Amino acid sequence: MNTLKVCEVSVVYPGSEGGESVTALSDVNLTMEQGDLVVALGASGCGKTTLLNLIAGFISPSKGYLTLGNSKVKGYPRVLCGKEIGDEVTGPDADRGVVFQKHALLPWLNVIENTEFGLKLQGVDKKLRRERAAEYLKLVGLEDFHQHKVYQLSGGMQQRVGIARALTNDPKMLLLDEPLGALDALTRESLQELLLDVWRKTNKMMFFITHSVDEALLLATRLVVMSPRPGRITHQFELNFNQQFLDCRDARQVKSSPEFIAMREKVLAIIHGDELAVA
Amino acid sequence: MTSMTKEMGSSSIGESKKKIVNSKAAKEPQMVDTKEERESAAASVSLLDKIQLKIKKMTAPSAVQSGEYFGTPGAGDSRLIGVFSTIFFIAIWAIATEGGFIKPIFLPSPVDVVQRLIDITVDGFAGATLVEHLNASLVRIFGAFLLACLIGIPLGITIGCNRVFRGIFDPLIEFYRPLPPLAYLPLIIIWLGIDESSKVTLIFLAMLSPIVLSARSGVTSVRIEQIQVAYSMGATPWQVITQVIARGAMPDIMTGMRIAIGFGWTTLVAAEMVAAERGIGFMVLNASEFLVTDVVIAGIIVIGIIAYCFDLLMRYLESKLIPWKGYN
Ligand SMILES: Nc1ncnc2c1ncn2[C@@H]1O[C@H](COP(=O)(O)OP(=O)(O)OP(=O)(O)O)[C@@H](O)[C@H]1O
Ligand SMILES: [Mg+2]
Repeated sequence: MNTLKVCEVSVVYPGSEGGESVTALSDVNLTMEQGDLVVALGASGCGKTTLLNLIAGFISPSKGYLTLGNSKVKGYPRVLCGKEIGDEVTGPDADRGVVFQKHALLPWLNVIENTEFGLKLQGVDKKLRRERAAEYLKLVGLEDFHQHKVYQLSGGMQQRVGIARALTNDPKMLLLDEPLGALDALTRESLQELLLDVWRKTNKMMFFITHSVDEALLLATRLVVMSPRPGRITHQFELNFNQQFLDCRDARQVKSSPEFIAMREKVLAIIHGDELAVA
Repeated sequence: MTSMTKEMGSSSIGESKKKIVNSKAAKEPQMVDTKEERESAAASVSLLDKIQLKIKKMTAPSAVQSGEYFGTPGAGDSRLIGVFSTIFFIAIWAIATEGGFIKPIFLPSPVDVVQRLIDITVDGFAGATLVEHLNASLVRIFGAFLLACLIGIPLGITIGCNRVFRGIFDPLIEFYRPLPPLAYLPLIIIWLGIDESSKVTLIFLAMLSPIVLSARSGVTSVRIEQIQVAYSMGATPWQVITQVIARGAMPDIMTGMRIAIGFGWTTLVAAEMVAAERGIGFMVLNASEFLVTDVVIAGIIVIGIIAYCFDLLMRYLESKLIPWKGYN
């Protein structure tokens, strides 16, 4: 039931007036099962965000198709029309929570109102949704900021509110676009652990984009390495460093193990190979 | 020896001044100030120099205060300068008129205008007191404003969100928007007669297009990520419109409302030209026919003050309702 399939998908962005069209993704195949934590790694501009937007249903493939369970995933043709889409097709929905590369908080709501926004949309009773939101805000370390205005928070704090918001909504699948990019090393590690805990407890599917090889190796059950121009998936690795990490709770120990170091070298070699090819 | 004591003396003056201003401005521009002060102290200070220095200080770029951003265009407080410039213009007006350079029939003196203002408040002019005139106009203008907001804001948002509505209303609005209200005033009179309804309709139409257009452009200024996130948290299109788009469009809508009120005042006079018996615009027109220039000016000043007060109110509302404006 909960299987995401990306089949032979290409995405071409039409070039704006006179500009050339951009092939952001070309013939991408990917399968995700319940409990998979897929991490996408690749140089800037290789189509990671495009892939995430496809899965979320924000854009449609130019070629190929995506399925989630029994329904096809397609972008809404316009910003505002949902009702005309039948059951066999799905646009963006509450089963796929998104954390964007740049936060997308609503500035007219304070921190806790932003966090509970999804539950409010679904008509959850105010007391209950406050409780849930407060719980996740505590987990991301923002328990003292409930009433703060979101536009007066630091970039990293805004990003954490975005993560808490996505988690509070409890989607089946989480799509995270460089969610920890703006954080200091310490907060970053504690949030990596938090996400892994949530993942293990709820067995969610997660699609996680990052630029950090260490982060990718530490979190992934499957690592997807992408290369640019045109965006393709070049390598996929099954990993289990996250199990080791959840067992010993010591990121540095995991990262200093010989297997981890060897894997990191391998991935870095691939990425550097790309950069040389591009340059 | 003497020069040394002189310098020490002046620098200690500089020091004490520094303390006073230090809480307001950071150090660097202050250093420049003290240097200038030292120079002016050396060249025995005349009154003119002092004034010059004061003006320089008032208009000099100051360091950003804590809580402000460097690079915000036009940052800093201009109120004091505003008070001075107002006093300056009134002074010129007074000198030109009291000095007999301009005939009262062209421009009466400030004292005459104030006197006349009191007169028309107490005794009235053209069949009604100032308060009655004002009341008639305010009911028209704010009645029309309320109507324009109630219809214009939802209409603009719908046009922005829905291509069918956009297709229907865009040509209509784009056609009538550039027309001067006076051009279609005769038509409205033929349709509605010359009573209140035609005046309110005229003002309403003048206000409608800026409100609709601002609401419409407000919709497009909402960040797409905010809309997408709402959808991926299970929002229905209706929820997205009411809880994301309508809220995100607020800054633009408020701007549109301010522009609309400006249009309203312009159109008011036109509307009151047609068989009105009361109204501040009517009062001014009537006075101009009889060359009662001081009533004309008194009327203009009253309109100006009320319009300004309304703008202050809107600014206050903006700071309360859309404090995030400019951040996003
Ligand atoms: N809306 C768009 N219109 C046209 N071209 C686009 C659009 N969005 C992305 N692209 C192009 O598609 C390619 C892939 O972009 P994408 O945002 O998916 O990259 P990315 O892997 O997420 O990069 P980064 O790591 O920098 O976020 C880029 O070359 C980009 O220029
Ligand atoms: Mg990206």
